[in-house]
Amino acid sequence: MIKLEFYLVISTLMFFIGIFGFITRKSMIAVLISLELVLNAVEINFAAFNRFLFPHQLEGMFFALFGIAITAAETAVALAIIINAYRKLGNININDASKMRG
Amino acid sequence: MEYSILIVITPFLLFLFLGLVGGKLKPNVAGLIGTLGMGLCAVLAYTVAFQYFFNVGKIGESWSQIVPFNFVWLKFTDLLHIDLGVLLDPISVMMLVVITTVSLMVHIYSLGYMKGETGFQRYYALLSLFSFSMLGLVVATNIFQMYIFWELVGVSSYSLIGFYYQKPSAVAASKKAFIVTRFADLGFLIGILILSFYTKTFDFASLTANDAELVTTSFAGGTFMGLSLATWALALIFMGGAGKSAMFPLHIWLPDAMEGPTPVSALIHAATMVVAGVFLVARMFPVYFFAAPDVLTMIAYVGAFTALFAAVIAITQTDIKRVLAFSTISQIAYMMVALGVSEYGGHDGLGYMASMFHLFTHAFFKALLFLGAGSVIHAVHSNEMKDMGNLRKYMPITNITFAIACLAIAGIIPFSGFFSKDEILAAAYHNHPAIFWTLWFVAGLTAFYMWRLYYSIFWNGDKKYDGHHKPHESPWTMAVPLVILAVFSIFSGLIPFANFISSDNMPFYTHIDWKVASLSLVVAVTGIFVARMLYRKASTKPAEIAQKMGGLYTASLKKFYMDEVWGWVTKTVVFRYICEPIKWFDRHIIDGSMNGLAWVTQKSSTAIRGLQSGQVQFYTWFFVAGTLVIALLVLFL
Repeated sequence: MIKLEFYLVISTLMFFIGIFGFITRKSMIAVLISLELVLNAVEINFAAFNRFLFPHQLEGMFFALFGIAITAAETAVALAIIINAYRKLGNININDASKMRG
Repeated sequence: MEYSILIVITPFLLFLFLGLVGGKLKPNVAGLIGTLGMGLCAVLAYTVAFQYFFNVGKIGESWSQIVPFNFVWLKFTDLLHIDLGVLLDPISVMMLVVITTVSLMVHIYSLGYMKGETGFQRYYALLSLFSFSMLGLVVATNIFQMYIFWELVGVSSYSLIGFYYQKPSAVAASKKAFIVTRFADLGFLIGILILSFYTKTFDFASLTANDAELVTTSFAGGTFMGLSLATWALALIFMGGAGKSAMFPLHIWLPDAMEGPTPVSALIHAATMVVAGVFLVARMFPVYFFAAPDVLTMIAYVGAFTALFAAVIAITQTDIKRVLAFSTISQIAYMMVALGVSEYGGHDGLGYMASMFHLFTHAFFKALLFLGAGSVIHAVHSNEMKDMGNLRKYMPITNITFAIACLAIAGIIPFSGFFSKDEILAAAYHNHPAIFWTLWFVAGLTAFYMWRLYYSIFWNGDKKYDGHHKPHESPWTMAVPLVILAVFSIFSGLIPFANFISSDNMPFYTHIDWKVASLSLVVAVTGIFVARMLYRKASTKPAEIAQKMGGLYTASLKKFYMDEVWGWVTKTVVFRYICEPIKWFDRHIIDGSMNGLAWVTQKSSTAIRGLQSGQVQFYTWFFVAGTLVIALLVLFL
């Protein structure tokens, strides 16, 4: 039997790896990937808590599915932004995009 | 009687019309419109007076209060509301007649006197504004309406005194008049608020009904600093009246107000506005008598002192308008004394009647004196006595009318002043002998200084005038009002005033008290005789007497240094010990704390500005670190 704690440990590890990547990576693509890790860690939590605390209900699962859908949409938007930033700046170094305007 | 509201509204419309489009009209047209409008007002006022006194006013034995027009103007709660309306009773109808008559005379007179002045249209607009405010004041149904018009009167007086606004002295005088009366009105307002807080009404009729029962019962024995609250309220209300009516020590604005055009002085500073204080006390008389008799006694003594004080100053002044100004103060003080010594009801209320009677006669002869003085000033282009003399040969009409007014104010039988002054003296004689003898002495002084003025202007040697400055009689626009007012000055004393005006609105019978009358006649004739000896021919005797009097003469000439005293009080005491510390507090504590706050904000924002770098990752780092710190705090605290 896999305990709840195992899920939580995994998700916490993923979460902080994501945070670490988000803060340290220079490439926008890498930052985006790190962000995916953070979000997936959250979704693991949703699924795990749903499974262990309310096994006869499905809200957590649905929430995880919603999260996946929203993440996909958000990734599409983020990639579009990155492409525009590349056209503007000539690279995708996140430190160069510090002006918060076009 | 609903049309009586037109008496108030017409001058207001005239003011709006002349104020807005007057500048586009020819001066004469504007003046004529103003005069005709005021003539209409006068006709209406006379109609109202006739109808009131001979048709509708008398119900049974007593004069009734008629309110032909009233509407709720500001309604705060059911209890607290401010109305505007018209109240007709004997004194307000009498005042309507006085104001419209004098105002009409001044309007006609100004057509000649102000001819060719710049701002002629503005002058007429302001005269209309003043007439409107004064008429609104006297017909006020409640004390708050009176207060509103009271302030309006102050404003229009301010603008008329400062009519020659290029002249620094006129500007200073107008400011002084406004500030002094405004200071007094502060007391008036506080008094109104105290009074209406306890009685829950502003209405004159409710306040004075049934021997002022409402006021005497509603205060419920509250005291402050040893005096009852009703006494405080009424004394503060009197303070407002004392400011407008130039009672000592608030009289200092009136002599300076002579900087305004002379007809303005005749209208505002002789006949109408300055008696507003007397009118106020008369209007509230039952309240004063039943709720605060101490205040009435105080009014009597303040009045008696002011009468003497102003008369002594008037003797030595050389500016003819200032002599008249101090004489006005003295005569208004007479009216105040009469109210102060009066009792309530029937013949005991003689003083009340006498006060209103003197107000009525004084308005005409004092306006006449001012207009006559204006006519003289118009002819010799100077206010100083030394530039005048021997004018009787050049200005016969002015000479005769001025002499009539001087006889009237001196109280010579059968001129109007005799009758009203006799009633005042008789009222004082029975209750307050000390005040009676003061007033008796003042009557002598009055006769003396008025005839000094008369002889100095019209006799006093055979001064020659040469060249184009030769004095000439004034044009008919100025002479006609003089003659009309002279007629009033002679005959207005014959009106049986006690039939119309009394403290309890019940007619009573008066007769001339020949003992008092002969005493006052003796002293008046003595005064005139002394003046005739000293001033009829040019001589050095007055100067010698002045020399002998020494300090007293100088003190009187300098108006007993009252201006200096007030100057000292305001500049040294108020400015240095109150305003300076407050200024310091404002500059250092209030401004200091605000500046300190701004300084701290600026410094701290400069310090943390570097954090706003635009680096997303940097922000995230702070965000995560902050979240962790908060999470740890929540977990372990």
